[in-house]
Amino acid sequence: MGALAVRKEVIPLRTSPPHPAAKVLGERADAAKARVEASTGYRRTRAPEWLPAVLAPIVGLALFVALWALVAKQGGRIPDPITVWHAAAKIFADPFYSKGPNDQGIGWNVLSSLRRVGIGFGLAALVGIPLGFVIGRFRFASGMAAPIIALLKPVSPLAWLPIGLLLFKAANPAAIYVIFVCSLWPMIVNTAVGVRQIPQDYLNVARVLNLSEWKVFTKILFPAVLPYMITGVRLSIGVAWLVIVAAEMLTGGVGIGFWVWDEWNNLKVEHIIIAIFTIGIVGLALEQALVLLARRFSYA
Amino acid sequence: MHKYLSIESVDKVFEGKKGDFTALTGIDLQIRKGEFVTLIGHSGCGKSTLLNLVAGLLRPSAGTILLAEHHVDGPGPDRGVVFQNHSLLPWLTCFENVYLAVERVFREPKPALRKRTHQALELVGLSHAEHKYPHEISGGMKQRVGIARALAIEPKVLLLDEPFGALDALTRATLQDELMRIVGQTGATVLMVTHDVDEAVLLSDRVVMMTNGPAATIGDILEVELPRPRERLALAHDARFMDLRAAVLEFLYEKQAHKTKARQAA
Repeated sequence: MGALAVRKEVIPLRTSPPHPAAKVLGERADAAKARVEASTGYRRTRAPEWLPAVLAPIVGLALFVALWALVAKQGGRIPDPITVWHAAAKIFADPFYSKGPNDQGIGWNVLSSLRRVGIGFGLAALVGIPLGFVIGRFRFASGMAAPIIALLKPVSPLAWLPIGLLLFKAANPAAIYVIFVCSLWPMIVNTAVGVRQIPQDYLNVARVLNLSEWKVFTKILFPAVLPYMITGVRLSIGVAWLVIVAAEMLTGGVGIGFWVWDEWNNLKVEHIIIAIFTIGIVGLALEQALVLLARRFSYA
Repeated sequence: MHKYLSIESVDKVFEGKKGDFTALTGIDLQIRKGEFVTLIGHSGCGKSTLLNLVAGLLRPSAGTILLAEHHVDGPGPDRGVVFQNHSLLPWLTCFENVYLAVERVFREPKPALRKRTHQALELVGLSHAEHKYPHEISGGMKQRVGIARALAIEPKVLLLDEPFGALDALTRATLQDELMRIVGQTGATVLMVTHDVDEAVLLSDRVVMMTNGPAATIGDILEVELPRPRERLALAHDARFMDLRAAVLEFLYEKQAHKTKARQAA
């Protein structure tokens, strides 16, 4: 009913003559334009094309910070942007201090998390890429793997954490194991898709030249699949970086996820906000690095 | 007549879910060494299928194919294939694309292999673009690299599958002239698929005209006894050329068009 009422009000507005205020504004703008034309001699002065591209994100971020400041002002426990800025300045002044295992600089925390992601992801690549090749190349292997992948892919990686703890009996390898599991699926699936997408023409070239299996792999399969593999890597790293924070909250130790939980226990909310931004920036950097890598290996 | 490439009673049946499809039936064709033969016909007449059979990418359902008295049993580098869409590997430069074929075929030290690659690219007039990637050069240049790759391995027969089909008319004419020059220079035996009547008559010693599919076969073979080297412009006013051209057109649009209409009515 409400929506209908709004609609009724909107429709006549469209057909009615321009609002008087708009007309006045328009006249003023015309007058201003005429003055500009008179003084510069140009018929129309246009803003440079890059300006909106630069301006839009700045305006967006400014609005975001303003909204945040507004929410912080309403009371409650959310610190305002300036408090967070000062806290961040203090934290990033000495990111690599170490006072025992539970009190380390944010730099160490980020590096520990990246290390876990690196190891878990690296192992996933070692297993997932060859597996993806096999699944993409052989229909039977694909048929075998399909139900397993379909079943396990939607499972939250954190559900694997207890299994990891059971298997490794330690927090750190369990976290790495979770990263391994969550990185594995995108690597397998994208590599397999890449292998299946190889144009028949390229394989025909290999056939008419009777190339050896090794040459087929190094000169045709691998380069043809590489862009898909990089997409898999990008998705994997993205998921891994999402998951590591949650995994570390559960396992403890040194790491950005653990740090967030620790600061929550200390009730230092401004540090949590700093951690959120840090996680975001690192994730963005990882993503961009892989986008650049993908561009290097795309053949238009 | 010395049979260099011999296609003997070849049938090709594709097995499909909705039953078998007979693409080619009773194909008999003998090609001399150094001869230029084109296959022409309406689309779907199986001319590319026949070429793929010779290339070894497909196996005949019946009959045999012999090349220099050897049974054709699968693909091999004794046949150089130029594909319609160039099929260059986009991550390799022009040089590397040709080199890949050369190093497969010749057991020689690297400098000799590089020399062969240079020579093949020089033959197609692309020495200046050796180190460019396929996406950096024009469609006509890509097709030249494809020809260089096929010729560099010194095949017994060059198989061209509508090599100029995707090019604009002017580029196509240039490449046809280039191909005539290269074939004249190397004395290559060529089997080429085309749907361009002028191209077929201009380039060929014989034009093999195929009937419409399914169960296509050779309808007629036209001897093109025009002297070589042939000049495109001179031939445009040549009465013999016109007659040959008319003969191919007549075959395609009178004898074979009829069948198409009958099938559409059915």
